[in-house]
Amino acid sequence: MKSIVLEVPDWVGHRAGQHVDVRLTAEDGYQAQRSYSIASAPEDADLVLTVERLEDGEVSTYLVDELRVGDELELRGPIGGYFVWEEAQGGPLLLVAGGSGIVPLRAILRHRAAAKSSVPARLVYSSRSLEDVIYRNELAGLEAEVTLTLTRVWPDDWSGRRGRVDTALLQEVAWTPAERPLTYVCGPTGFVEAVAESLVSLGHEPARIKTERFGPTGR
Amino acid sequence: MEPMDGNAIAGQLVEVFGTEMTTVTGTCGTCGASGQVAELVVYVRAPGVVARCRSCGSVLLVLAEIRGVTCVDLGGFSDLGAAA
Repeated sequence: MKSIVLEVPDWVGHRAGQHVDVRLTAEDGYQAQRSYSIASAPEDADLVLTVERLEDGEVSTYLVDELRVGDELELRGPIGGYFVWEEAQGGPLLLVAGGSGIVPLRAILRHRAAAKSSVPARLVYSSRSLEDVIYRNELAGLEAEVTLTLTRVWPDDWSGRRGRVDTALLQEVAWTPAERPLTYVCGPTGFVEAVAESLVSLGHEPARIKTERFGPTGR
Repeated sequence: MEPMDGNAIAGQLVEVFGTEMTTVTGTCGTCGASGQVAELVVYVRAPGVVARCRSCGSVLLVLAEIRGVTCVDLGGFSDLGAAA
């Protein structure tokens, strides 16, 4: 994982949860384009992308391995109007992340903090291992109730949760359906489908569950 | 291949339609289910982009770039309405 700070001339600003498309053009004209969630809040000074390096990724390998300070990138954005949260939409917020699905949710939480919002938020974050937890040092400062679960390996002295985000975990740590949380689920496709199904089976309103799937990863 | 969803093609749709499309509601011409474009089942690594109905799997939208021109087939929708 790598966070990339971008200086974008004439950036129009974005809403928390939006993304940008990054397009790379090779010398022979071959182009590759991928979409990356914006990790920073609208209020943050810099535009930040947090990119997971995928082994066969045409764009992510370049961004993580090759990109140097001063290089130029072709961007399109901000993009997306569905998976966004603004203070006026209220809550309570339930944010559920699988792996690098935390990126847009981090933007939402930073926006909420910057806006000094009184909307309560809970974050449920699933990660392979403690080392894979992105923004680990930041989570406690985001003023949300954070439930972190490790799915593959955990330290010997790990006293936190283990295993996948399942119906039982959501029933325990998510809001009740009666509290009508506004829910954002982001992660690999299988993760998102499983979480959304669990939430609906618990009685949460499908219309208040927003999902963003980023396809398969090595997760 | 694991599909993504309509969020993944938001940028391409802006290029084609000139406006944000993921919050637009579409109705499937096959099963009648309606939902926002962001919720479609999207395959980006097909030859071109294929978006299917989340309820019945019918193909609703195809985007293909041919010699620099983007071709759009919306034939699977019975309706593609205003943004929510």
